[in-house]
Amino acid sequence: MIEFRGVGKRFADGTDAVIDFSLVMPSHRVTVLVGSSGSGKTTILRMINRMVDATVGTVEIDGEDVATLEPVQLRRRIGYVMQSGGLLPHRRVLDNITTVPRLNGMGRAEADERGLSLMDTVGLDRTLARRYPHQLSGGQQQRVGVARGLAVDPNILLMDEPFGAVDPIVRADLQAELLRLQRDIGKTVVFVTHDIDEAFLLGDQVVILSTGGVIAQQGTPAEILANPASDFVADFVGADRGRRALRVVEQDGRRVVVDGDGRAAGVLTDDPAAR
Amino acid sequence: MNLFLDALAWLTDPERVTGPNPLAERIGEHLWYTVLALVVSALIAVPLGYLIGHTGKGRQLAVLGSGAARALPSLGLLTIFTLIVGVGNAQVAAIAVFVILGVPSILAGAYAGVEAVDRSVVDAARAMGMTETQILFRVEAPLGLPLLLGGLRSAALQIIATAVLAAYVGLGGLGIYIQRGISLRTYDEMLGGAILIVLLALIVDALFAIAERVARRAIGSAPSRGRPRSERPEPLSTDRQSTLEEIR
Repeated sequence: MIEFRGVGKRFADGTDAVIDFSLVMPSHRVTVLVGSSGSGKTTILRMINRMVDATVGTVEIDGEDVATLEPVQLRRRIGYVMQSGGLLPHRRVLDNITTVPRLNGMGRAEADERGLSLMDTVGLDRTLARRYPHQLSGGQQQRVGVARGLAVDPNILLMDEPFGAVDPIVRADLQAELLRLQRDIGKTVVFVTHDIDEAFLLGDQVVILSTGGVIAQQGTPAEILANPASDFVADFVGADRGRRALRVVEQDGRRVVVDGDGRAAGVLTDDPAAR
Repeated sequence: MNLFLDALAWLTDPERVTGPNPLAERIGEHLWYTVLALVVSALIAVPLGYLIGHTGKGRQLAVLGSGAARALPSLGLLTIFTLIVGVGNAQVAAIAVFVILGVPSILAGAYAGVEAVDRSVVDAARAMGMTETQILFRVEAPLGLPLLLGGLRSAALQIIATAVLAAYVGLGGLGIYIQRGISLRTYDEMLGGAILIVLLALIVDALFAIAERVARRAIGSAPSRGRPRSERPEPLSTDRQSTLEEIR
């Protein structure tokens, strides 16, 4: 469990990125921080592994104040996946994945074995192990990033707009893969995005942030959709634009779901197995 | 044209092997001064450059200092240094002059190499749990190697060209042929010596060019082809920008 208590961050230039932020991120669940730029979502994420230190308040991991922990050791037990991978361009895929286990003193053979099995986990062909990052597609690089984040089998996985730089088709693929993976491994995931659809798809808990890390609303996707707390939230999730106001229309004996603009969104079915 | 033929004849004369001032010995001296000065320059400039590149501090000072060092006239400096340390220690004076010449290029290569590393890569390395030393030696130094080699390359060329001055304080080297040529009006000898210096410079330049290529390959960096639009990272959002600034 990660808990923020009255956390604030003022940068050296005097701007307040985050003002009085409090939140509990439950274990083994995906918490998505969603907001536009300037909402402080990345700053909040980076306070967990002390890439940014809070100016006021405390961040606790399982009751332990991160400010009392040594940053390097703390970061080595937290997985971190960033936009566009952040892979080391001079290291091969396998060496990128095993970087942290090797830093922690794991032997090469053991680390390589672990790295290869992680490639399986994230759906990367093992033949790519000897390639360099630039020889991979954007989607493959992102998978390497995820594998690297999981390399030390961390309890916590921080993901900072990890799928922001890939095209929509690959992104959908990666999102589905992450959901499947999370069902198997059940990490405490903190995921930052500016894409509300991605937030609703991936989040067990969705936290909508407005400027300065102010929580506009938090809850499950269903709770937020059913009851937007403010005009800001309604606007953000698109409820007021009718995008999410779906209704059913009979068409050739089947029930077709259409959105507020009259565009077909899908077919209604009673079969729970069909998805 | 005649002069060139004379120079070639002078170069191929058996006297160059058996007579006084044999070529091999002078070339050896010239290379020795170059290598020694280059190593000393690198020992000073590489750590300093890495420190500047990694911390982002002191860059202004380095630029100013480099500019000043480059503006110093080598011959005048050599004369003063030799007078200070005494003719018996002329080698120390000469190496000091060559080092002053070599440091700026290497320094610039070292810090430019580190600075050129994609900040998101450094950020990722730090977020993974690398210590600052590990970031410097396992990420910034290898990725900055091609630019560092570029700095060494231009330092080496400048030192080879300037090592001619060693002859003026009685240290030999290939400059001796030029000095003799001028004072004895033996222009075949002067031109022959100059040709040798040029050849030496070209060979060293080629070796560094190969080393740079190998380094670029080894760090796996693609020749800078444009990546498809969809794979390019989006511009940094403002909150991320400020966190990056904070780290620096």
